[in-house]
Amino acid sequence: MTDSTNPQKTRPMSKLARAWDSDIGYAFRRSPVAIVSLAVAMTLVLAAVFAPLIAPYNPFDPATLNLMNGFTPPSEPNAFTGETFWLGTDDQGRDVFSTILYGLRISLFVGFAAVMLGLTLGVIAGLVSGYYGGWTDTLIMRTADVQLTFPSILVAMLIFGIAKGVTPVEYRDQMAIWVLILAIGLSDWVQFARVVRGATMVEKNKEYVQAARLIGRGSLPIMFRHILPNVLSPVLVIATISLALAIIAEATLSFLGVGAPPTQPSLGTLIRVGQGFLFSGEWWILFFPACTLLALALSVNLLGDWLRDALNPKLR
Amino acid sequence: MFSYIVRRVFQSVIVLLVVGLVAFAMFNFVGDPIDNMLGQERTQEDIDRLRAQLGLDQPFPVQYWKFLMNAAEGNMGVSYRQGRPVTEIISERLPATLELALVSGFLALFFGIVMGVLTAIRRDGWMANTVMTLSLVGVSLPTFLIGILLIYIFSVELDMLPSFGRGEVVEVGNWTTGFLTASGLKALILPSITLGLYQMTLIMRLVRSEMLEVLRQDYVRFARARGLSERVINFRHALKNTLVPVITVTGLQLGSIIAFAIITETVFQWPGVGLLFINAVQFVDVPVMAAYLMMISVLFVGINLIVDLLYVAIDPRLRG
Repeated sequence: MTDSTNPQKTRPMSKLARAWDSDIGYAFRRSPVAIVSLAVAMTLVLAAVFAPLIAPYNPFDPATLNLMNGFTPPSEPNAFTGETFWLGTDDQGRDVFSTILYGLRISLFVGFAAVMLGLTLGVIAGLVSGYYGGWTDTLIMRTADVQLTFPSILVAMLIFGIAKGVTPVEYRDQMAIWVLILAIGLSDWVQFARVVRGATMVEKNKEYVQAARLIGRGSLPIMFRHILPNVLSPVLVIATISLALAIIAEATLSFLGVGAPPTQPSLGTLIRVGQGFLFSGEWWILFFPACTLLALALSVNLLGDWLRDALNPKLR
Repeated sequence: MFSYIVRRVFQSVIVLLVVGLVAFAMFNFVGDPIDNMLGQERTQEDIDRLRAQLGLDQPFPVQYWKFLMNAAEGNMGVSYRQGRPVTEIISERLPATLELALVSGFLALFFGIVMGVLTAIRRDGWMANTVMTLSLVGVSLPTFLIGILLIYIFSVELDMLPSFGRGEVVEVGNWTTGFLTASGLKALILPSITLGLYQMTLIMRLVRSEMLEVLRQDYVRFARARGLSERVINFRHALKNTLVPVITVTGLQLGSIIAFAIITETVFQWPGVGLLFINAVQFVDVPVMAAYLMMISVLFVGINLIVDLLYVAIDPRLRG
């Protein structure tokens, strides 16, 4: 990849090439952990996005399912139908590889959406809190303190329970994914709010903010157009680490049976289902979803760790 | 000092009042208690009578006050699902969770400190490096996968330890204990390792970094100059000074051990309050959810308060 950028040196560099040439790009090229993590994470994301194209079967189309195919071991022909499945099948004859791809889709979607929700809420709360100060600040930060007293997974479970109770019974399964996003998103806004508040309190006394105020810009444009871009780099780090945590939180909730429903299984739901077959020897139903979850969580986590170090000027 | 304590206690009370408000709101807005308690064939009269009986016709602050008073007396209503008083169900289940939390807390503390000290002393040895790498992987492993892995190895493959339940328990007064039977102790091993592992890595990393800091200090160098043995220096002089932050973190982690017990209890079908709570969430059993929330917040806020006060008692610099 380095060679391909060289012949273009004479032309003005593209955005991508500039990113490649920056400090972060340099740190990235020098870190094998970061390269491998990004490769694994990107592969999984692409696999999830193109799941309908890659997956050999549609595990949620009852017409393609054959109960006779149930419990087929990986890469061995089924005793009745003679069909072979790369990663085997589950109790209902669904291809495990396909269910993993579709499960990955749900896990990643919930993870991304929950982080976006937490990020949006947290950034707004942090900006408002840091910029205005006073009782607004006290109110927001005290709420954050109360929430921080409890582990976020517990908060998420509680929000899930309340939201489930509020939705009418007939919509519960359809709404479960959105409730999950809400629960995880609301449980992790505090990290973002704290960091953004701290950075905003530093930024708001700088000259460019005073200048913006002098030329008569309102509070909202100052907060979102001037201060926000300058406080984003720690937000990026927290977002990456939060993504790993959100994916694990989603898997945990679904595993516990308070997350994605069996009709829309995420990786956690698949592991929950697979655990039931551990004792009867059908290990693959559990093993492959677990490995996928592990690869996803570990690669995103390592990427977040690396990003934190790379963006920290003290460590350079 | 005194004003600090008063302020801290005041803050804790506020937190509990807020949590109480959330629990109260759950009762009132999540599902209709009248709907839950009366059957299909009800008349408007029945509804009004029950409403008056339950005090639901009274103004909001009055209801909230009554709710708090009831909660303080340990009256948290009746489970929608089991039809029994919530306090009774919880007190039945509590010993299982507390025993599990106690054992895993002890495991985490003991192995966390020992391994933290060892990895700090032999900083560049292969053992220290292996342990540190493993701890990084351990932090990214979701708790339930660790539990399943342990079940697979020790229950399915080796058939050495039970994979679910508490084993045989002995009743001592109101308390059921698994400490007194062989099967009860055996049943404790896997769940307590699962639950304690994360806290162990946390304590280990903390002790390690504190030790590395302390070992650079002058008094350690002087102790070495006095000719004291390495063991005395490491454990008597250095370790003692790392323990203040360790106590704080361990205290705060005690609360999360009880919260994370929810996951471990589900994996191992351990009959504690965590499993009770997760079943309550699944079936939207509001009184149980609210009672668990109140119980765990009293616990958390209490622990936080005690740790903060202890901290002031231990470290004279904070008394200003």
